[in-house]
Amino acid sequence: MTALQIIFLFVAAVTLASAVMVVSARRMMHAALWLVLSLAGVAVIFALLDAGFFTVVQVLVYIGAIAILIIFAIMLTRKAMEDVGPQLNRGWWLAALAAVGVFAGLAVVLVSWPGVNASAGAGPDANLIVTFGKDLVDPHKFVMPFEVASVMLLAALIGAIYVSVEHKGGQK
Amino acid sequence: MEDWLYIGLFVFISIALPAVAIFLAGLLSPKKPNPIKNTSYECGIETVGPSWVQFKAQYYVYALVFLVFDVETIFLYPWAVAYNQLTLFGVLEAVLFILILLSGLLYAWKKGALEWM
Amino acid sequence: MSFWTDPIAIIENLISGWLAGLGMGEGWITFILAFLGAAVYALVVMLFVVLLIWVERKILGRFQDRLGPNRIGPWGIFQTIADMLKIFTKEYITPNGVDKVPYNLAPMLAVAGVLAVWAVIPLGATIFGANLNVGVLYVVAIGALGELGIILAGWSSRNKYATLGGFRAVALLVSYEVPLVVTLLIPVLFSGSMGMNDIVFAQKSMWYIVLAPVAALIFLITSIAENGRAPFDLTEADSEIVAGFNVEYSGLKFGMYYVADFMHTFTIAFLFATLWLGGWLGPWAEKYPMLGIFYTTFKAWFIYFTILWLRGSLPRFRIDQMINLNWKVLTPLALVMLMLTAVVNHLIPAGMLVVRILALLALNGALLFVTGKLLDRFAGQTKRVVVALEPRPVARPEPVATESGTGV
Repeated sequence: MTALQIIFLFVAAVTLASAVMVVSARRMMHAALWLVLSLAGVAVIFALLDAGFFTVVQVLVYIGAIAILIIFAIMLTRKAMEDVGPQLNRGWWLAALAAVGVFAGLAVVLVSWPGVNASAGAGPDANLIVTFGKDLVDPHKFVMPFEVASVMLLAALIGAIYVSVEHKGGQK
Repeated sequence: MEDWLYIGLFVFISIALPAVAIFLAGLLSPKKPNPIKNTSYECGIETVGPSWVQFKAQYYVYALVFLVFDVETIFLYPWAVAYNQLTLFGVLEAVLFILILLSGLLYAWKKGALEWM
Repeated sequence: MSFWTDPIAIIENLISGWLAGLGMGEGWITFILAFLGAAVYALVVMLFVVLLIWVERKILGRFQDRLGPNRIGPWGIFQTIADMLKIFTKEYITPNGVDKVPYNLAPMLAVAGVLAVWAVIPLGATIFGANLNVGVLYVVAIGALGELGIILAGWSSRNKYATLGGFRAVALLVSYEVPLVVTLLIPVLFSGSMGMNDIVFAQKSMWYIVLAPVAALIFLITSIAENGRAPFDLTEADSEIVAGFNVEYSGLKFGMYYVADFMHTFTIAFLFATLWLGGWLGPWAEKYPMLGIFYTTFKAWFIYFTILWLRGSLPRFRIDQMINLNWKVLTPLALVMLMLTAVVNHLIPAGMLVVRILALLALNGALLFVTGKLLDRFAGQTKRVVVALEPRPVARPEPVATESGTGV
């Protein structure tokens, strides 16, 4: 086992463990903080794969923006700082069964896919970001998704503002 | 990869350095807690009511507008790196991209989502 | 290569040779060298803050027409060391009801969010931590750690005012990140790379502050806001929210916020110098990388002094003013500036440097002019929110010398 593999296993374990903590923590704020750790773990895995751009994007968007958004959302919630009810309900074994089933299905599909054992080949060349940027605005490649992404972001923005602001100024 | 090794170590050290400093200071400093000293300072008088209060929706809206613009700008970074090799069409594509989002900002502005209330 | 051209490389070679002599593997040598380099670098930056605090107090003192620290050592230079010794021996008071783990983690994150930026700031042609190919984004991303530190501090203190201060601070931080990230696109656009050292190299023909002064200005303003310094220091407005997110901290835990704050100012100055003022570029800087450290520091001092000057002269913004400034002035201006700069710069064929400079300068001048006109037009129309229905008491000092001839 190389040092890289040991680091990967450690980071993966931390990521999964904090993901479990996200759903089992009693305080919502703690759940959000475990989520941050989990997301950071994913960022480190990106770095291990030499995908620098995605590492910073993961930190910038997921930790710097989405986690903050979630924390703000928690602070909006009324009287939800402390959860007192039981963590499990009667159907928990059904849920567990379903989860195991989905995992097994995914594992079977992935193992039968030839790409699962293939290594990525030589490390990504330094100009990968340049290629990415060129393809984004290339009419033969991703220019449509690029512009559609912009429209979708706009739709998200308008929707969110409509929901959160509209009814307050009802007289307008 | 070597760059990321360095970055990883640097981030680790920049968390560890203050941790070590705080630990050392903890060894040097006196520890004499008492019930009165350990009450919250609050604003100088006794705490009234729960301290984790409910916040207004305005914070959420800011975070949301920020998130949209953040994602947008990150889309533009690969474009900016490739900028010198692009045709005018490629540049104008990005301008269109920004214009669409500027209209979003305008909408937020008109709806009063950007006011601090 | 003599010792004086690049002493750091020489020392590195010495250590790696010595380690290889001990029979260590290649991987371990790389690891130990990276670790040592990072540790020494971070420690130097951290200790530099001690000097910075003295400088800032001294300069601010002069701005406010007083002497500043002047008792311990020549010109009071050892004042900070005395302060440091004192704060090291202060008791940690942990109030009841705080959320222990986040409470203790927060000051470390606050420092890490600033300190880790230094990993990508180049100080000389060959003197840098890592020329990361996503350096610019890394600088913004690592700031998320600082935001997290503030949220954690505010929330875990179990204090209404700390929570309020923390969330207010973060709402402002994320808002100001939008124009900041947009303006950071400009150096990337000109240089075609996100690596900090590549950006410095690309400025050999012309510093970017000449090509995009508006972007540089927005960068400076938003950076100061991110730092939470006067005139944007309302997150620690003691008259409104006691002192913000760090009220419940004491001893060195509070000291860490103090350190992070001072370090942040200096980091901004270095970032500005690197991105807009050509970083380590200067006469003979490529031949003797050590000279680069001198040039960068020299340029950074100018910006540092400017930031202190602003702190010394401007009053504090109100929160609605600060929000308005960001969303209604800086963000649209930054986006429009980005679009126009990209188009204009693309229309000018490569090689015509003088034309490019003049065209971009004209563009920036026009932008500033139009923004100024628009602000003049609309700022007068905004209605002031009436806070109190009854007239508020106003201090009207009577003239001191009422009786003729007494003259106080």
